[in-house]
Amino acid sequence: MKNPQIKLLLGDEAVALGAIDSGISGIYGYPGTPSTEIITFVQGSKKASEKGIKSKWSVNEKTSMEEALGMSFAGKRAMVTMKHVGLNVAADAFVNSAISGVNGGLVIAVADDPSMHSSQNEQDSRFYGKFAMIPILEPSTQQEAYDMTRYAFDLSEKVKLPVMMRLTTRLAHSRSGIKTYQSREQNELNPPTESSRFILMPSNARGRYKSLINIQTELVDISTNSGNNTYFSGNDKSLGVIAFGIAFTYLMDSFKGKQNPYPTLKINQYPIPNDMVKKIFEECDKILILEEGYPIYEELLRNNIDLDDNSNILGRLSGDLPRTGELNTDHVAHSLGMEVKVEEDIPSVVENRMPAMCVGCGHRDLYDELNELSKEIGNRKVFADIGCYTLGALPPYEAIDTCIDMGASITMAKGAADAGIFPAIAVIGDSTFTHSGITGLIDAVQDNTPITVLISDNYTTAMTGGQDTAATGRIAEICRGVGVEEEHLRLIIPLKKFMKENIEVIRNEVNYKGVSVIIAQRECVKFYKKM
Amino acid sequence: MQDNIILAGVGGQGILSIAAALAMGALNRGLNVKQSEVHGMSQRGGAVQSHIRISDSEIYSVLIPKGQANAIIGVEPMEALRYLPFLNDNGYLVTNIEPYKIPNYPDLDKLKEELNSFNNSILIDAGKLAKKAGNKRAANMVVLGAASPFLSLDEDIIIEGIKTIFNAKGERLVNLNLDAFNMGKDFALEFEGK
Ligand SMILES: Cc1ncc(C[n+]2csc(CCOP(=O)(O)OP(=O)(O)O)c2C)c(N)n1
Repeated sequence: MKNPQIKLLLGDEAVALGAIDSGISGIYGYPGTPSTEIITFVQGSKKASEKGIKSKWSVNEKTSMEEALGMSFAGKRAMVTMKHVGLNVAADAFVNSAISGVNGGLVIAVADDPSMHSSQNEQDSRFYGKFAMIPILEPSTQQEAYDMTRYAFDLSEKVKLPVMMRLTTRLAHSRSGIKTYQSREQNELNPPTESSRFILMPSNARGRYKSLINIQTELVDISTNSGNNTYFSGNDKSLGVIAFGIAFTYLMDSFKGKQNPYPTLKINQYPIPNDMVKKIFEECDKILILEEGYPIYEELLRNNIDLDDNSNILGRLSGDLPRTGELNTDHVAHSLGMEVKVEEDIPSVVENRMPAMCVGCGHRDLYDELNELSKEIGNRKVFADIGCYTLGALPPYEAIDTCIDMGASITMAKGAADAGIFPAIAVIGDSTFTHSGITGLIDAVQDNTPITVLISDNYTTAMTGGQDTAATGRIAEICRGVGVEEEHLRLIIPLKKFMKENIEVIRNEVNYKGVSVIIAQRECVKFYKKM
Repeated sequence: MQDNIILAGVGGQGILSIAAALAMGALNRGLNVKQSEVHGMSQRGGAVQSHIRISDSEIYSVLIPKGQANAIIGVEPMEALRYLPFLNDNGYLVTNIEPYKIPNYPDLDKLKEELNSFNNSILIDAGKLAKKAGNKRAANMVVLGAASPFLSLDEDIIIEGIKTIFNAKGERLVNLNLDAFNMGKDFALEFEGK
């Protein structure tokens, strides 16, 4: 059965290939670092296209989660992918899919970004998995990412629940050689004949919630016996280590090829295996807890609100490891009392190199125009959004006042305008507009709020690497459709040579006491491919 | 056999091709490989780095601990210096000297002085040599060539890797990149001899 060929894959790609080989019929998601390459891989895979696997980007994480659930309802296997904050957007569908349960295997691959390399927070998706009471897999290596993806689909079909595959940046975005196995067939179409569990009205939901609670003991048993959680014995019982996911690799690395002397519990599957945890606590004097993310289990296992009373538990909360950010071998070695080179001796001539918008990017010209106009209009506030144009926060532009979450530009501008800020200007990209800007625009239109929305349309989702956007060529039509008045729906081309007339357009619309939308259209210099 | 290499540059400068050449070559010979990449925000002109670890025994973490890299390969000089805390005492720092400027870029002479203050540093005008080989964009292969004598990985393994990654793009490109690699190597050997 084994295919001896070894492939050099990113963690993301290992999950993607694992999903293809597990017999998925569709993969749904919205781009977001560090999860994007999962779907990109499927889109570029010859095998996936021969098998007819659906892999078009969805408009946002919520729609993708629901589309995948629909495919699962039909009896086929589906994967959903997103970055950690995307799970906030998908949360309603996500949590309720645990109540209904699934039919065909359903795996949600979420990639967290500790250290916030490309994100606005470092929330830990394991919280969501625990909250929804579903099994979570957290691989330590790329090979495990591949293998556990297959396992996740089997488990999902066995317990009829969605299963989370949790990745973090370092695993998602690093490569290693992967051994792959033969791929299996997709499921036949097989929708449920009796579907009350998918109708979550209270009378059904109460029963479903009870079954979800009742299956928890079985899930712990499965975790204990799956082979994904491993107890390594050790002679030095002064310390025991519980290492979750990728943290295990940092632990092993810190011994520099020598044997790990401490009893160690490597955890890759949740709910955590209670008996194994009990054993390590009984066996060892102190316990070091290594989690890539929030100290969720450290807090839970402390079992006590007084931290001083638990001096036998070491981790992020005790100060033995940094409270925030990614772990690494140096941090772990330090927490084990080894000597490490910690001082940051980067030569002082080295300067920071911040990311910036590309030369030839239309967002730049739009900000130039806005800044030029600001000299006249004084204390305008600019509510921006998430995308390459967020870089307009940095010098030399310093053109924006807020950036919170996708879609928040239009809605925050509305609230601020309601409070009396004038002019309140929103800046949003085309992909973000379809992700979650449209609904806010409807709010503003129905209240005739005095805001100006600048949609900086570069025909692509640039920040995450140039994925197609849902409404290329149809943005004006959408604005019209939701009720923006024709005379306050303006098109401009953000090029130097049109600067004067563009400022004129923006000036007029900013002064209008109702909803105005200006679509600034210019193709992305980096990613837009001429069709 | 073990190599812990840090590749440094700016988004778009081709450090991932260096990583791919090393990784593919090593993988073809059955060695273990782990290699990190940077995707996302920093690719917009920010600092990017790749850790690559190659070994005949098991590699656990993809990240190289501080002070344990045996080589830093820079496609940009200031970026090469940024990862200095990772270099071990006998490690080599091999870098292109052509700066990728930003408004706050340091004085070039000061930067070179800092780079020259190590015994094991090799500064190379990779763009110039790459142009000679046929395309300035092969500067990344020039620095890889210049670093090759100081790696544990055999040269022919790296050459095989270069062939593997450029094969699909035709023989001309394979040869251009191999020429660039060899020019870098010759330069470094001469530089060391001095
Ligand atoms: C909820 C959520 N999903 C995904 C992301 C990742 N993300 C950041 S910017 C961006 C796309 C922005 O595209 P667009 O608005 O068209 O602007 P551009 O980058 O093209 O200028 C995405 C998907 C995110 N930050 N939050």
